Amino acid sequence: MTDATARHIPDRLVSPAARLLKSWETLLLAVALAIFVANSLASPYFLNAWNLSDATFNFTEKAMIAFAMALLIISGEIDLSVASIIALASTAMGAAVQAGAGTPVLVGIGLGTGLACGAVNGILVTRMGLPSIVVTIGTMSLFRGISYIALGDKVYKGYPSDFGYFGQGYVWWVFSFELVLFAILAVVYGVLLHKTNFGRAVYAIGNNPTAALFSGIRVQRVKFILFLLTGLMSGIAAICLTSRLGSTRPSIAFGWELEVVTMVVLGGVNILGGSGTIPGVVIAAFVMGLVTFGLGLLNVPGIVMSIFIGCLLIGVIALPRLWTMWRG
Amino acid sequence: MSVRRGAALAPDTFRNPHMRHAADTVPAEVLGLPVLTLEGITKSFPGVKALSEVALELYPGQVTALVGENGAGKSTIVKVLTGIYQPDAGTIRLDGLPVTFPTARAATEAGITAIHQETVLFDELTVAENIFIGHAPRTRWGLIDWPELRRRAVEILDRIDARLDPMMPLKELGIANKHLVAIARALSIDARVVVMDEPTAALSQKEIEELYDLVERLKAEGRAILFISHKFDEIFRIADRFTVFRDGALAGSGLMSDVSESELVRMMVGRSVDHIFPARDKAPGREVLRVEGLSHPTEFDDLSFTLCEGEILGFYGLIGSGRSELMQAIFGITRASSGTVSLDGAALNIRAPADAIAAGIVYVPEDRGKQGAVIGLPIFQNITLPSLDQTSRQGFLKLAREFALARTYVERLELRAASLDQDVGNLSGGNQQKVVIAKWLATKPRVIILDEPTKGIDIGSKAAVHAFMAELAAEGLAVIMVSSEIPEIVGMSDRVIVMREGLMAAKVKGDDLTPEVLVRHAAGIAGASG
Amino acid sequence: MTYLLKSREALLVGVILVLVALIAGRFPAFVSPGNLARVFNDTAPLIILALGQTVVILTRCIDLSVAANLALTGMVCAMLNVAMPDLPIPVILGLALALGATMGAINGLLVWLLTIPPIVVTLGTMTIYRGTIFLISDGQWVNAHEMSAAFTGFPRSVLLGLPMLSWIAILVAATFLLAVRLTPLGRAFYAVGGNPHAAVYTGLDVGRTQFWAFVISGTLAGLTGYLWVARYSVAYVDIAGGFELEVVAACVIGGISIAGGAGTIAGAILGALFLGIVKNALPVIGVSPFWQMAISGTAIVIAVAFNARVSRAKGRIILKRAEGHA
Repeated sequence: MTDATARHIPDRLVSPAARLLKSWETLLLAVALAIFVANSLASPYFLNAWNLSDATFNFTEKAMIAFAMALLIISGEIDLSVASIIALASTAMGAAVQAGAGTPVLVGIGLGTGLACGAVNGILVTRMGLPSIVVTIGTMSLFRGISYIALGDKVYKGYPSDFGYFGQGYVWWVFSFELVLFAILAVVYGVLLHKTNFGRAVYAIGNNPTAALFSGIRVQRVKFILFLLTGLMSGIAAICLTSRLGSTRPSIAFGWELEVVTMVVLGGVNILGGSGTIPGVVIAAFVMGLVTFGLGLLNVPGIVMSIFIGCLLIGVIALPRLWTMWRG
Repeated sequence: MSVRRGAALAPDTFRNPHMRHAADTVPAEVLGLPVLTLEGITKSFPGVKALSEVALELYPGQVTALVGENGAGKSTIVKVLTGIYQPDAGTIRLDGLPVTFPTARAATEAGITAIHQETVLFDELTVAENIFIGHAPRTRWGLIDWPELRRRAVEILDRIDARLDPMMPLKELGIANKHLVAIARALSIDARVVVMDEPTAALSQKEIEELYDLVERLKAEGRAILFISHKFDEIFRIADRFTVFRDGALAGSGLMSDVSESELVRMMVGRSVDHIFPARDKAPGREVLRVEGLSHPTEFDDLSFTLCEGEILGFYGLIGSGRSELMQAIFGITRASSGTVSLDGAALNIRAPADAIAAGIVYVPEDRGKQGAVIGLPIFQNITLPSLDQTSRQGFLKLAREFALARTYVERLELRAASLDQDVGNLSGGNQQKVVIAKWLATKPRVIILDEPTKGIDIGSKAAVHAFMAELAAEGLAVIMVSSEIPEIVGMSDRVIVMREGLMAAKVKGDDLTPEVLVRHAAGIAGASG
Repeated sequence: MTYLLKSREALLVGVILVLVALIAGRFPAFVSPGNLARVFNDTAPLIILALGQTVVILTRCIDLSVAANLALTGMVCAMLNVAMPDLPIPVILGLALALGATMGAINGLLVWLLTIPPIVVTLGTMTIYRGTIFLISDGQWVNAHEMSAAFTGFPRSVLLGLPMLSWIAILVAATFLLAVRLTPLGRAFYAVGGNPHAAVYTGLDVGRTQFWAFVISGTLAGLTGYLWVARYSVAYVDIAGGFELEVVAACVIGGISIAGGAGTIAGAILGALFLGIVKNALPVIGVSPFWQMAISGTAIVIAVAFNARVSRAKGRIILKRAEGHA
């Protein structure tokens, strides 16, 4: 090249701290704090350690799935069957209880069912090359359908008392087992996505699956693992939820798939894949939990909260776009 | 630097001897006023001035070639002409009267049509609908008049000698026939101005000839043609006039008969660039790669060749001759049905690109945007993507090591970027290609396969890529270069394998390595020697 | 060529005929004209909604808010009927259409003007529309005895042996079959979904075409809302809960490609009929209705796998032909 001057190219122009300040996560955190303050002003019962602890049950189970779902959506896929996996796993555990299984066996069945369902989705998507949104709409009916076949309008009850620990137990003071598990999983998934080669592969696949393949990434294998993880998380959520409720109906966790996806999108994950963070999902989980809890204290019915969540979902995406349109 | 064989290719090499210079065929009395005039057209995008007071005149019955490096503003002016973009300033005159094209439809109604670079057809619609989409004949209730649509489609298809069923869904057609539909579409609006944006880029030699015939016919019908091309041979063959853009500004225009190839190049790049290929004097070393009897169910059959250290092996052939497919099979994207690939005498079992990379074989794909760069990820992450095992510890990322590795190759390739964590999507085509090459060099490969390495990049970057290839070979890397550009193939390769219809047509080296021999073998013309 | 093009629909017809024949073999009563008409009538809402969903999916979008739209419109109609029992049915119908169209337009505007991914938009409006039902009804039910006889009677009134609900489904289906082929908008749905990039070059506005698809889908959801509430003589917050996925399932089984631009109206109708027949046949052959969900899930997976195989096989043929031409 004729006029190539050896110019120094910096690693970064914007420091990670400055980037963080302008990030989606920061904005979301501000929203979460605002909701927190508004809630504590609106209700005298809000700022109470035990009440707040209770509030976390609103989101911990969904958030566990949301972590894995976030990775899956970043990679450009989606799993709409998660709530049905909960139903199937819970039904399997319920059936095992009727056969006299103890808690360790139940946990194994819950996790195993989740993994198996994840594997079914994974094989259909990665081996047969089918679009995940349709496949998981199908398996969503299939998995819950199996629960209905097994249970009909009956209920499984009689879970062993020590099984109740997962959904009702406390590790220390106000910190429930679920909350601690949520925190651990948040760290695990945060590290997995942001600090490992695997996480880098997930981002690469989400941005350009073909170029990722051409760069030597085993795209189908990574996606299969993500479906397995999503299934596994659904299994864990099934254990916690079943333990908390103490019973299984085939309608358990109905509609959760959309709440989980909402949580992920609210957390700043691009529904079209390629970008998003785990801290964002964690904050989104808190936002959704705080809204539900705060409005609950004010005796606002659950379905009205869902209106708020729906507006939030559209609003958080629409407002920045409206802002740029208005300025442009 | 010394000039290598084949470097001083004159455009005459490609000119059909019994065809006269195009400008000569136009009678002087037809050369009247321009049908379409653009004056002072300016168009800016955030941060970039894409066009700065450019001018363009198109004359009836004449072909005007629009040339310029990538990023010179050619695509932007086409989009202004066809109503996709609105200019910030300037006037468009049709027959001397000022007009505006607020929408694509307005441009179409004014008689301006474009055959675009990208396929702009619809697979699920019928041939007839593809020809008339946007202006299909309607009944008086505003519904689509199918019988009339069919009748008119037949009429237009007949005009270009395309024997296609107008009611057939487009998805049933092959690529060549789809191109005919695109042309029929351009003719369907009785266009006064036809814009052809790199129309021959994806065509075989035979189809290119047919396209030239069509251009002649359009000229004879008095239509004005804007012809955008990177290929100088075809510009000199079919154009009457030229307009050159450089960095979004007008760099020159005039009659083709008054200009030489080197003058055009000087206008394009603003300096004189002698297209000189780097000298390579080192003899190839010992054998590295051996491919034996490699076959694929549909794409290629029974291919065998060897490659040595420090050697550049060229692969020439027409589009669809199976060159890229062969390379992708070696690299593990597709699976060969039989045959072996061995490296340093050991047979490889390559089931995925990851296996090939681990073995030391890397592939710079043809489609940079889709297969090469991961747009959305920063430069350094693109570069370290296949080398993460090298930079990470037990699967955990080490960013400092990644930046260091990326920096090594970014500096070596003289990449131009604001920072290493800039999104590759913001880089020019040439710089994106450098990122892709840097990515592979960071893996310290034994064999590098470059598929159309300079396709669609500007002349400056082209020379840099060529120099770099020579440098790599000199360092002992074994290089395979797939290219459709004859000067590049002849100028860079030690040996050339010509492929035709999935088979090896010839192996050429030494004094046999001439453009004519390559073209003959690639086209399967009888009497090809060597 | 034509055969190949139609084969997906032909195959689906074959599957449905075999299914019906198998059932008829053991339970001849199932294929009595009266029962078939009953099955069709029962499937009518699904057919209507699947047709609306089809044009949305053709444009590379998805509308998950149809069931919520249906429920909200249904509730509004029911409450209106309670408040003003004398309001004539055509007015209620017009209102249902308008309200449904408005909700569709909200989806469409968000997709068109703000370019928010359709799945996010309709996920959001789905919960908003559903929540709004609670707000306006205060969670109360509107029961049969509160509705006027004319209100509940309309979809059941029989004309030439078929209930009005069936006639409306037939009318909508016929309109779609013609309109998709004959109107410029109908062709635009295919063009925009098949190749949005090219559509821009041919002067089609992708966003606006998607907007109209959502309006159509919303309008039909509104229409179905009134019909549904009137037919079952009850309106409450959760009616047709989860029905949006059954609608998408009908489209997928009918061969509408989720990637946009491919699929036929006939396919969507057949997909809906398939689900309707399965649902109605289960009690007849003595299988618990709890099987229905698993069966439709399996049908979706099989259908999408089949569609993928068909298109893949075709790709190979084109490849060979292109080589032959070269």
